[in-house]
Amino acid sequence: MLHAHLSPGPLPSRMQLTKDGKLKHFLTIEGLPPLLLEEILDRAEQFVTLPNKQQKKAPLLRGKTVMNLFFENSTRTRVTFEIAAQRLGADVTNLDIRTSSASKGETLLDTVRNLEAMNADMFVVRHEHAGAAHFIARYCAPHISVLNAGDGRHSHPTQAMLDMFTIRQKKGSFQPLKVAIVGDVLHSRVARSQIHALTTLATGEVRVVAPKTLVPAGIEKMGVNVFHHMEQGIEDVDVVIMLRLQRERMQTALLPSEREFFKLYGLTEERLQLAKPDAIVMHPGPINRGVEIDSRVADGLQSVILEQVTNGIAVRMAVMSMIMGPQGGAA
Amino acid sequence: MSLLIRNARVIDPASGLDGQRTLLIDGGRITALAETSAAFAADETIDAKGLWVFPGAVDLAACLREPGLDHKATLASETFAAAASGITTLCYQPEPNANFDNAAQVKLIHDLNRRAHYAHVEVLGNLTQGLKGEQLSNMASLKRAGCVGMSNGRQPFHSLQTLRRAMEYAATHDLTVFIYPLEHALAAGGFMHEGEVSARLGLPSMPSAAETVAVAQTLALASHTGAKVHFCRLSARLSVRLIRQAKESDLDITADVAAHQLFLTDMDVSDFNPLCHVMPPLRSARDLDALREGLADGTIDAICSDHQPHEVDAKLAPFQQTEPGISALETLLPLTLRLVEEGVLSLPEALRKITASPANIIGSEAGQISVGAPADLVLFDPAALWELDLNTMHSDGRNSPFGGWNFNGAVKRTLLAGKTVFSA
Repeated sequence: MLHAHLSPGPLPSRMQLTKDGKLKHFLTIEGLPPLLLEEILDRAEQFVTLPNKQQKKAPLLRGKTVMNLFFENSTRTRVTFEIAAQRLGADVTNLDIRTSSASKGETLLDTVRNLEAMNADMFVVRHEHAGAAHFIARYCAPHISVLNAGDGRHSHPTQAMLDMFTIRQKKGSFQPLKVAIVGDVLHSRVARSQIHALTTLATGEVRVVAPKTLVPAGIEKMGVNVFHHMEQGIEDVDVVIMLRLQRERMQTALLPSEREFFKLYGLTEERLQLAKPDAIVMHPGPINRGVEIDSRVADGLQSVILEQVTNGIAVRMAVMSMIMGPQGGAA
Repeated sequence: MSLLIRNARVIDPASGLDGQRTLLIDGGRITALAETSAAFAADETIDAKGLWVFPGAVDLAACLREPGLDHKATLASETFAAAASGITTLCYQPEPNANFDNAAQVKLIHDLNRRAHYAHVEVLGNLTQGLKGEQLSNMASLKRAGCVGMSNGRQPFHSLQTLRRAMEYAATHDLTVFIYPLEHALAAGGFMHEGEVSARLGLPSMPSAAETVAVAQTLALASHTGAKVHFCRLSARLSVRLIRQAKESDLDITADVAAHQLFLTDMDVSDFNPLCHVMPPLRSARDLDALREGLADGTIDAICSDHQPHEVDAKLAPFQQTEPGISALETLLPLTLRLVEEGVLSLPEALRKITASPANIIGSEAGQISVGAPADLVLFDPAALWELDLNTMHSDGRNSPFGGWNFNGAVKRTLLAGKTVFSA
């Protein structure tokens, strides 16, 4: 047993479910059954009305402790996780690891071992490296569940599910839809998770729209059609998802300039007319006005960007309660 | 002390011998090789009925970690692991922590190894000083100290001009240059093969072109300088094609591949398995097929282990924070023989890729069975069945992705210069 931890672990998608198919960890959308994704959406439906009724709590997680382990910066995601856990009655601790142990040279595994000793029930993990949440799930104590809040460019499953929730809210079913994901797909964990979610939910067509420098080689194998021209890519689509473009992409010779990117791929009112008249515009945020999206579109009638943020809390409550609530995967 | 091995099936790819023979060993060398009916007397007689005898394997690439990194492994631990795995000659690859600028450093390795002496250790000297890729090393003195070739390991060259001059100077002294083809600018920041799996996992990746660009450049310089070049650790389909073409145009080049590249692909990284984090990265199934084809048609001359033992912690982190490399001595012979089972190579051809062929590349007299040759031999039981258990590996590094694999045939005894260095 000394070196048992050296044998290859199960695939991330396989270790998420208990033997009877319940959610134990939430690391990636890849490999999850469509019914489970729909269950997340249905359950989120129950939570989404709660905030309007005077912040009513649904104390399904009373007595549970959720630790937010953020090895990478994020305000909004961390806060929505925090609110979601609190509304479910859990105790929440936030750890900004960048400013604590990791910067003193402690290994990830040692950090996890220490936090385990503090009686956590769930780790919400954000990390700059792909596979970090999977790694923690493999090595942490068996009673702890891991919820991936973004690992490198790999996965951001709750973001994808809140996007699915928003799409379903506005469009009903996924089968007839054409969805275009536009921009820096190469560096985007959100795009990867959205693609898995959309294909799992049997979306009619999923498109990826970007110059070759921002599309990872072999992405067609994930079940998407690749377009390099914006006009063709968003023609006739029901949903346009814009991705954030980061400034450092210019320094690494992936793009000539922000201005040229906006000229070719920026979502303007004019371009949006190529999509279906009732198309919705989404963005995982934070948005770069004038870089990937024009302000008039971001603030326009077709934009659902702020609703996405609101839905984020309900979806995160749904996932947390499916894992830790009564009859949950960790129960 | 003389030793007689009777009734063995002797397989020697160098001479094409494959038949029942009796071997007499004396003074560390093979002194007679005769029909089984021949009568000899010796101090010790082994009845090798049912066993195969073939030359001990010559491994062109092993990181032995000592001196400098002995928390990972030591010369004694790794040469014993080699002996237990039928390997009798190891080539010490220079790496940033352990490299060979002068004769004293080479002598240190030979002295350290003399104490344990489970396997011969040959040394590749630095091609440039400190592997920095700037100044030429003292190649003539390194050759006199016993270096069997020159290499810059995985370190880049400052410029192509430096590489060109290094090749010319090595050629002056009739030294083979071992090139690890990698264009660092294209590989920078990558941790796995660029393809559909890296697209899915979101792991920063490196394209096959990082290797093929370097192969093409090096071939052009080999042609220009006339230097003898050995290409180390091919991984990409196009590299095989480029080397094949170059061999047809009579360039004096050879090439090897690491055994794991012939059995694993980027799909094996799908679960972020850090044991499959290796450099060059595991590539696609098409690359694997091309590498196997290249072996079969002679484009690739040798199979090596590319042994890189690590302590447990080196692999206990998210994929890209782990150290690359596989503890591979113990799977070199088993994987090579599996190529025979899978119909890629005939038995003598497979054995040639780990014996006579690599021995030729480093100009060693090892790797063959003939009268007068050193008695570095393996007694092998083809009927044995075993499973690789990471907990009972001989190497100090247990970082193998082949744990749980079943193999046919096992080493019963290993002789180094006629002396038994391992016996099962």
